Amino acid sequence: MALTVDAEHTVPARRRGAPASHDGHRGAPAAHGGHHGPTSFWSTYVFSTDHKVIGLQYMFTGMVMALIGGFMAYAFRMQLAFPDQPVPGFGLVTPNVYNSLVTNHGAIMIFWVAMPMLIAGFGNFLIPLMIGCDDMVFPRLNRLSYQLFFVSAIVLLASFVVPGGGFGGAWTSYPPLSSSGTFNHTPWGAPLWLAAVAIEFIAFLLGGINFITTAMNARAPGMRMWDIPMVVWMIVIASILFMASAGPLIAGAIMLLLDQVAGTHFFTPAAGGDPLLWQHLFWFFGHPEVYVVLLPAMGIVAEVITVHARKKLFAYKTILYTTAGTAAFSFVVWAHHQFVAGIDPRMANLFTITTLLISIPIGEMLFCYIATLWGGSIEFKTSMLFGVAFLAEFLLGGVTGIFLGASAVDVYLHDTYFVVAHFHYTFVPIAIIAVFAGIYHWYPKMFGRLMDETLGKIHFWGTIIGFNTIFLPLFVTGAAGDHRRIYSYQHFQQLATDGLQSLRVVATVGMLIMLLAQTAFIVNFVRSLVRGAPAAANPWRANTLEWAAPSPPPHGNFAEMPTVYRGPYEYSVPGRTEDYWPQNVPA
Amino acid sequence: MRNRPVRPAGTSRVASVMNAANGLAVTRPRPARRPVVPSAVLAVLVLVAAEAMFFAGLTSAFLVGKAGAGPLLWPPLDQPRLPVATTAVNTLVLLASGVALAIGQRAFARGRARSARRAVTLSLGLGVAFVVVQGSEWVRLVGYGLTMTSSTFGSFFYLLVGAHALHAVGALVALGWLARSLRQGHGSRDVLGAVGAFWYFVVGLWPVLYVLVYVW
Repeated sequence: MALTVDAEHTVPARRRGAPASHDGHRGAPAAHGGHHGPTSFWSTYVFSTDHKVIGLQYMFTGMVMALIGGFMAYAFRMQLAFPDQPVPGFGLVTPNVYNSLVTNHGAIMIFWVAMPMLIAGFGNFLIPLMIGCDDMVFPRLNRLSYQLFFVSAIVLLASFVVPGGGFGGAWTSYPPLSSSGTFNHTPWGAPLWLAAVAIEFIAFLLGGINFITTAMNARAPGMRMWDIPMVVWMIVIASILFMASAGPLIAGAIMLLLDQVAGTHFFTPAAGGDPLLWQHLFWFFGHPEVYVVLLPAMGIVAEVITVHARKKLFAYKTILYTTAGTAAFSFVVWAHHQFVAGIDPRMANLFTITTLLISIPIGEMLFCYIATLWGGSIEFKTSMLFGVAFLAEFLLGGVTGIFLGASAVDVYLHDTYFVVAHFHYTFVPIAIIAVFAGIYHWYPKMFGRLMDETLGKIHFWGTIIGFNTIFLPLFVTGAAGDHRRIYSYQHFQQLATDGLQSLRVVATVGMLIMLLAQTAFIVNFVRSLVRGAPAAANPWRANTLEWAAPSPPPHGNFAEMPTVYRGPYEYSVPGRTEDYWPQNVPA
Repeated sequence: MRNRPVRPAGTSRVASVMNAANGLAVTRPRPARRPVVPSAVLAVLVLVAAEAMFFAGLTSAFLVGKAGAGPLLWPPLDQPRLPVATTAVNTLVLLASGVALAIGQRAFARGRARSARRAVTLSLGLGVAFVVVQGSEWVRLVGYGLTMTSSTFGSFFYLLVGAHALHAVGALVALGWLARSLRQGHGSRDVLGAVGAFWYFVVGLWPVLYVLVYVW
């Protein structure tokens, strides 16, 4: 019997085994006939241990948080374009409110949108379905993970309404600004913000343990290492990466929290502390974190483009080894965030070299994806549009990162809008574009209905045009020296020129277009739930195992537990009448 | 192994060969899989890896703090020295607890349930003794004026040793639960392995912290 974990399952044949009753030696698949799901509303949708429900809970929470984070962006971008005028629907953005909005926009979009959507949402929904088992190895741990995540979101939202308001020391939370209420004027907001991040990390640690264990131990019979779909590999590698990088940040967060509330001075230089120490602990986590969210996004796009180009993923093993290598290498690039923080120039040289080197494997992965598209029978469904857009937009983010990775250039560009534009060209493709690719692709599996393609395409073009209209101008203002931590440029004469201000207005208009386009998505999402055309089990004629389950999959996922006979990307195999060859179909 | 480039049917002279090869590949029987590491143990090992990185963060912060403070402030002249000798004995107690659990695990694997139960209980007792002695030393140190806020030295001392103590208490709860289920006759090798993996981590980490904080 597993460690206190599997007691949800009451079928006797399954008591002693792994959750996946796929192998013959674990108990006959017939046991699934007796696999009863929960019956009441609360146990089905709120306190469920079903991986699909938990995945969707993560996703819906992530979507709500994305709307909140987007609204914050709306408020502060309106302030930047039309300074010191009340923002419609929000009110006046004062300097403190501005700082708080920017800080929490960043924190929410990374920790409460990108992470729950990409890793926890898609990971929970997809991993058991794609490896052909009926649930995670530790279903109750999984439920606890979501509950902690939910608590963390509540704690974060609560930090806005406490005396002093929400924390405004940037999502990087550098001390000494963050370590004392006398500096940051948010004696309650700062500790609550930090506590929210810490709780959220524990939630994802529990989830990551589940993902790794499940993918290693619960695969369907016949599914060997190289038969695992790329998105599952990527989520597992991202989980390992998160596991290995989160520890130092949690250590730093505890020290910072003690500084804030217990009167210690770990990071206060006047009392013997070291503020640079926080930056190292933070970025030791912070840089791998980029890959923690990038890898699942790359995985989603791999699934989407192979299905809609009807081609085998080019160089599966190369991509996999490259991913693992990139993940390991991402631990030795962190100080490129600190080139102007007073680190030793010799160390800066070293980190410049490692930073430029890490662009090679990522470039290689992009080339493999382009080679997958080459000569394919491409069909531009909405998910494919988002998938291809991911490759194009992320490339822009990656290429501009090379400028910033060179310490000589970074000294000039640091803390300008060039940096803002750069990391939005990485994070928006990851957390927005790839997530939409995944939602449009797996929506039929999640809810058993198809989404509307016309509304989907309106949504796609609105998002892409809006996104580029926001951030292309910011490269220009950043290169012209526009400092990023200023709430109103009217107070800085040399930055308050008409040329720069008009570009800021363009960026804000782009933001409005992008936000407006999301209404097409929301309408499409909700309307398709009710009125969408019913989806067959495998509407995209895809190979991976989740499409062998009914749409939507019932509790326990598969009517008959699948056996795997081949890899996940056997599209357009010569000599076959069908252009796809599902993993579970015998030859 | 199946990463051949896809060619449109009929355009390549190797297509039919490839197809035959594909056919061979898919009809080869695939063995049923068994986990290399049981799920419960694997889960704890992943947790231990994350914990190891957590303590790596703490100890590197400690080293940075110590290097920045200089010898006169580490510890400050007016603050008490740490009880090096008592803690050395206590370290041996903790190591003995780890050895006892290893003996218990071995006995369980060989089917000697009774001696396994005894060894686990002994391990638990030694672990509790370690935590109690640590706690009483803390009380004495606080009495002498070494607190979390008295100096950076004090902050780091209580941070590192306290983090380890919390892990030890958590692991002891698990050990107690394990001893109870062994007494009731429903322990399993996997559970023993999972609890053991975490306790060995806590035990093995302590000498490192002892040398770093007390001795070096």
